[in-house]
Amino acid sequence: MNKDIISSLRPALVMTLLFAALLGLAYPLALTGLGQALFPSQANGSLVEENGKIVGSTVVGQAFTSDRYFNTRPSAAGKGYDGLASSGSNLGPTSQALADRVKGDVAKLSETAPGANVPPDLVTTSASGLDPDISPEAAFYQVDRIAKARGIDPAAVRGLVERSVEGPILGFLGEPRVNVFELNRRLDAFGAKPAA
Amino acid sequence: MTFQGWLLIIAFVAILLVLTKPLGKWMYALYAGERTPLHRILGPVEAGLYRLSGIDPNEEQGWRRYAVHMLIFNVVLLLFTYAILRLQGVLPGNPLGYAGVGSDGAFNTAISFTTNTNWQWYSGEATLSNLSQMLGLTIHNFLSAATGIALAFALFRGFARREMKTIGNFWADVTRITLYLLLPICVVYAIFLIANGVPQTLAGSVDISTLEGVKQTLALGPVASQEAIKMLGTNGGGFFNANSAHPFENPNAVTNLVQMLSIFAIGFGLTWTFGKAVGNQRQGWAILAAMATIFLAGVTVTYWQEAAGNPILHQLGAAGGNMEGKEVRFGIAASSLFAVVTTAASCGAVNAMHDSFTALGGMIPLLNIQLGEVVIGGVGAGIYGFLLFAILAVFVAGLMVGRTPEYVGKKIEAREVKLAVLAIAVLPLIILGGTAIASVTEAGLAGPLNKGPHGFSEILYGFTSAVGNNGSAFAGLTAGTPFYNGMLGVAMWLGRFFVIIPMLAIAGGLAAKKYTPATAGSFPTTGLLWTGLLIGIVLIVGGLTFLPSLALGPIADHLAMINGQLF
Repeated sequence: MNKDIISSLRPALVMTLLFAALLGLAYPLALTGLGQALFPSQANGSLVEENGKIVGSTVVGQAFTSDRYFNTRPSAAGKGYDGLASSGSNLGPTSQALADRVKGDVAKLSETAPGANVPPDLVTTSASGLDPDISPEAAFYQVDRIAKARGIDPAAVRGLVERSVEGPILGFLGEPRVNVFELNRRLDAFGAKPAA
Repeated sequence: MTFQGWLLIIAFVAILLVLTKPLGKWMYALYAGERTPLHRILGPVEAGLYRLSGIDPNEEQGWRRYAVHMLIFNVVLLLFTYAILRLQGVLPGNPLGYAGVGSDGAFNTAISFTTNTNWQWYSGEATLSNLSQMLGLTIHNFLSAATGIALAFALFRGFARREMKTIGNFWADVTRITLYLLLPICVVYAIFLIANGVPQTLAGSVDISTLEGVKQTLALGPVASQEAIKMLGTNGGGFFNANSAHPFENPNAVTNLVQMLSIFAIGFGLTWTFGKAVGNQRQGWAILAAMATIFLAGVTVTYWQEAAGNPILHQLGAAGGNMEGKEVRFGIAASSLFAVVTTAASCGAVNAMHDSFTALGGMIPLLNIQLGEVVIGGVGAGIYGFLLFAILAVFVAGLMVGRTPEYVGKKIEAREVKLAVLAIAVLPLIILGGTAIASVTEAGLAGPLNKGPHGFSEILYGFTSAVGNNGSAFAGLTAGTPFYNGMLGVAMWLGRFFVIIPMLAIAGGLAAKKYTPATAGSFPTTGLLWTGLLIGIVLIVGGLTFLPSLALGPIADHLAMINGQLF
């Protein structure tokens, strides 16, 4: 046993250092170089620049809460869509806090679109708190509210949503969805810019 | 449940079955020490590693030496990461200026990553520097996975060798698996992830001025390189708090499918490697059939429950499946499948929050870990865990027919059965004991976020995940306290090595035995009867122990849920 321990010390110490250099430094740094060279946009967060300012990422969601924009889902990341604090609510199925929150959100949403069924993704928090997407139903649900707030034709807004729906890849991979950031950029490009 | 959802599940299993043989064959070459095409490029690296550390890769080790070298290596790696985390504040590669990690937190995380658990009490993007993620954690993602596969090789040799005292060389196994299996796949995998939108940069964050004119700061970093090995090595520790639910870790449905495949791929392949090692491919397929059956049963329950949704929310006007804690791009089907995959294997990555699953939908991930994660399981750990159940199964069969049991040409005697029982029985003791202590102490009860039975489920899931070296959580549990960091740290260590040491002892004993050819009187360990017996033993021995605790947690939670009772 003692002989086994003594014989293990040099390999254990040296291999730790060598593997640390290989797997902990060389591997991630080489990939950083490759990624930056081959896919610079994606490797830096798929950022979108407008007038010299970074306005968002096409991959990660941002908060939209005003009536003039398609709203994103409720978020448990910090105070909402905090990019330094991704998180779900972690509320369980029998949680009073969850029931209260959903009840409040359903009531608020119902005022904006009386009579229509509330899409479940609009009253549930996502797993990351940074969900970039909403369901097509959730987008259509908001059409009338946005048309009214912007004073434009609801049919035109509906057309924007229809063109923004992404279907499943190969017919079964992923759910039908709408990227809210990209849809709202189309909305801005279509109508007048909202007052700053 | 939808047709598309089932199509995803079927496609997932079909792709894995296609990958099983080529991967199994590749790993057999590493098992047997054969040359691979990659030796031309990486051979000199391998030789260099041996030379500098004074290793003779051809030195055959008995099980004790194999175990001691493995253990000492793990202890040194653990101390290395502990030091990196503690010194984070003064080390470079820290663009967001995070301070060093506290002693209990660093203790927990160092054990967590060394044992392939990747339980995370912290939020990655708010606690760890880029250097800590790369140097402190990524190396464990490789080496804990390589260690798991090496140990499986050692056990395979125990079955395959005849009247020998040795079970291979630990260093050669770990080095070859790292260089010729994990590293090459990860390089290609990480580039694929980057192309799909996973960041790979040394920057710490970027400031955004949103369309609504609000400032949003997004955490960035060398994500893709860690993501690849996190999945392939069934580690599961996310770069970000939200893990594979974070759009930067898992941006779309294709990356999601590949991530799920990469959790299971090596586990599937190893069943083939085992069959080849013991000279009968049907032995490997029989094990895979038993694993796949339990897996598909679990997927069915979770998918069904999540698609049915939460009646309490239905009543409030939110119809449909349960979308709390799920991402729109994955939806119900891909979230349910991911949850069952990640807990069947000892991965623990999540693309949806298990804590917010329906009561029974979330019970399956919990039960998967409690069964010992032998349904495919962690890389290496899954199959050596399953072979312990196989030893029990032939023992039970032997009792029924009244003769000494045999398995793949080796007599299974009292020593093997005792050691297998030891390895299997200690785990429930730590899980249930730890849960019991946490449930009656103030420090323990401070942890759960949810009240009522679901709060108990959070504690039970925490200890189950730690001992099972899974790492997923009912994440409402506030685990970053000295109580939980300490208790769960010890639980992770015992959960890993209390299986490994008895398992290596079995391997050593088996290697020394002579070959006993199967006769007409031997119990067949291929075919339907054997597969059925294996499933039965896993469910009865692994599952029955936990039934009372499940009744107190998820089952009580389910009854409350369908009766509209809130806590």
